[in-house]
Amino acid sequence: MYRVDQTISSGSLQVDHNGRLRHFLTIDGLSRELLTEILDAAESFSGVTEQSVKKVPLLRGRTIVNLFFESSTRTRTTFELAAKRLSADVLNISARTSATSKGETLLDTLRNLEAMHCDMFVVRHPDSGAAHFIARHAAKDVSVINAGDGHHAHPTQAMLDMFTIRRVKGSFDNLTVAIVGDILHSRVARSQIQALNTLGVKQVRIVGPKTLLPSDVSQLNVETSHNLLDGIRDADVIIMLRLQRERMRGALLPSEHEYFQLYGLTEDKLAHAKSDVTVMHPGPINRGVEMDTQVADGPRSVILEQVTHGIAVRMAVMSMAMRAAGGNP
Amino acid sequence: MTHERIHIHHGHIIDPASGVDAPGDLYIADGKIVSLNTAPDGFSADTEIDASNKIVCPGFIDLSARLREPGQEHKGTIASETRAAARSGITTLCCPPDTLPVIDTPAVADLIQNQARKAGYARVLPIGALTYRLQGDQLSEMAALKDAGCVGVGNALQPLLNTLVQRRSMEYAATHDLTVFLHSEDPSLRDAGTVHEGPVSARLGIPGIPEAAETVAVARDLALVACTGVRAHFCRLSTAHAIKMVARAQFDGLPVSADVSAHQLFLTDEDVATFDSNCHFRPPLRSSEDRDALRQGLCNGSIAAICSDHQPHENDAKEAPFPATEPGASTLETLLPLALRLQQSNTLGLSDVIALLTSGPGRIIGSSFGTLTPGSSADVCIFDPDYRWQLNEDTMLSRGHNTPFLNQEMIGLVTHTLLSGHLVYTHGG
Repeated sequence: MYRVDQTISSGSLQVDHNGRLRHFLTIDGLSRELLTEILDAAESFSGVTEQSVKKVPLLRGRTIVNLFFESSTRTRTTFELAAKRLSADVLNISARTSATSKGETLLDTLRNLEAMHCDMFVVRHPDSGAAHFIARHAAKDVSVINAGDGHHAHPTQAMLDMFTIRRVKGSFDNLTVAIVGDILHSRVARSQIQALNTLGVKQVRIVGPKTLLPSDVSQLNVETSHNLLDGIRDADVIIMLRLQRERMRGALLPSEHEYFQLYGLTEDKLAHAKSDVTVMHPGPINRGVEMDTQVADGPRSVILEQVTHGIAVRMAVMSMAMRAAGGNP
Repeated sequence: MTHERIHIHHGHIIDPASGVDAPGDLYIADGKIVSLNTAPDGFSADTEIDASNKIVCPGFIDLSARLREPGQEHKGTIASETRAAARSGITTLCCPPDTLPVIDTPAVADLIQNQARKAGYARVLPIGALTYRLQGDQLSEMAALKDAGCVGVGNALQPLLNTLVQRRSMEYAATHDLTVFLHSEDPSLRDAGTVHEGPVSARLGIPGIPEAAETVAVARDLALVACTGVRAHFCRLSTAHAIKMVARAQFDGLPVSADVSAHQLFLTDEDVATFDSNCHFRPPLRSSEDRDALRQGLCNGSIAAICSDHQPHENDAKEAPFPATEPGASTLETLLPLALRLQQSNTLGLSDVIALLTSGPGRIIGSSFGTLTPGSSADVCIFDPDYRWQLNEDTMLSRGHNTPFLNQEMIGLVTHTLLSGHLVYTHGG
């Protein structure tokens, strides 16, 4: 049996020898220049998504597989739309209907799809490191995009958030960004923290009770706060994370009520941040748990813009990775 | 098999149990060491072994090696794994009770020892199950297991949930003068964790196993050792705090010992950073501070043995996203070279390193093996301490090729292994 070198770092796995994006697995290890290139490309694609004919022929004849081992509506849909607007053919495979539930290994599934000559896998999987695993084992000309793996990374979500912040704030310098909620179990938060630090914001703060924050944040380059008002004081951007209902069962929190009292964002509490603060949320929102409806639908919220930007960012990442993998058709 | 008369000459003999560390000759007859340095009257050797520039020491005793038989022969067999042991200078292997079926009857204990005898490469000493089927609620027939050759009883990787059952099982083991081999881990605190809880788990988003998963269990186990008086051995400790607790208990006079697996002395959680499934271990690779404390424990004597914690796997067991892979590595063939790194880094002297592989583990299982004292079984390892070689898949003898040390340079090569006076391995032979 062939063997794969498991010790390749994610940086060299993601970027080819010309410094181009081969796979998009994590923000960790990518340069500020490359992240900026993604944002600039997304900016040019956002023009496409606003035209009446929303299609460019960049990936015509290419086949992209959305391989989802976890349910998702928003992410899968925006990936599908992004692929279609690049004129690619799209195949959606969800774990419930796939062979993996019949005992086929992840590797077997991958080999079978490769045998059908697919060009790109967009993967969501409940295990941290799954996208790395697939990228390591994928054929040479296949690209892998991580659409969320365990608690590890969700790099396209982070980049659409960065895109949104850049649009609203103009640049990343001097920004103070507070990320509030369940950091411990959040792949979104991990990727956001890495992206914000790589793009050079002034400070990233994470806010939540000890049960929802990692016990050792020394490699994350963040400030920690357990008090919402301290955490959002003078913040330029507040990112609220979704609270999964199962956290109550795992003895991580007593109740949604107490969580909202302590960490839920309301108009009153928002007054402690900067007056031009921007409020973000990766969705879907639990209204009355993470934030008030008033805040979610209020003038500082850019939650729906985030969704729109998701398409342009995913178009950018897909076209960049495909270009590095096999050149334009 | 007839016993040969063997003369090993011009080697440097190291036998920590008897304090020998000097150039000399070794004379073997009838499967036993008959003399050091002076030839017995009328001794004529059938075989001469030239050990010039080599170390001659007792065959190694490995306190934890999974041979996968019975039950998981697709991962390894007693024949395949003991052959790998012989090439690595290991003459005695203790196998944990989590075979399929579990070692909770004399029949399974007999089967394992018979298979080992048939293969003829190494001696296998089973560790019996502390409870029936390792289920943690009913005592195993410990007296019968002892009669069948079990050198102790243990819980393998299945923590006992019920402290009363644990107390009773310890009392019953003490009744039969059996050592209890403990894997101390609190299953609730481990939860779904697969790596050390720390900065790396925070960055990678892999659920972590906190240090407290080990220390909480060690504290509980020590309290029950104190209450029952049983002799207890803590297997494969991984944290600085647990070592400190065991050292304190030893100072207080409790009959407790501990070992560490060789890979824990050289790898840390940083090695997991590329999601390398060959670095998936249980207990997990800990911090560099923990690693240093484990080495310190070897130096100050609180840890008396280095084991391989050998766990061969088929390729598929490691071909999945990190958390979905099976823990453990195939490590028999790196036991000596890794242990020798402690000498190369001036952490320990060569004689101390060999003690951790021979007399140290020998005392823990209360055996007469692990020494070259005249009259003892002629289990001998001869190795070239300076020979450099590369570990690669094609040359590994274990059926499992799952090791984080693949393609690394190893220093120290076994040239001959003798088991009860029989040459069971010759390099290039």
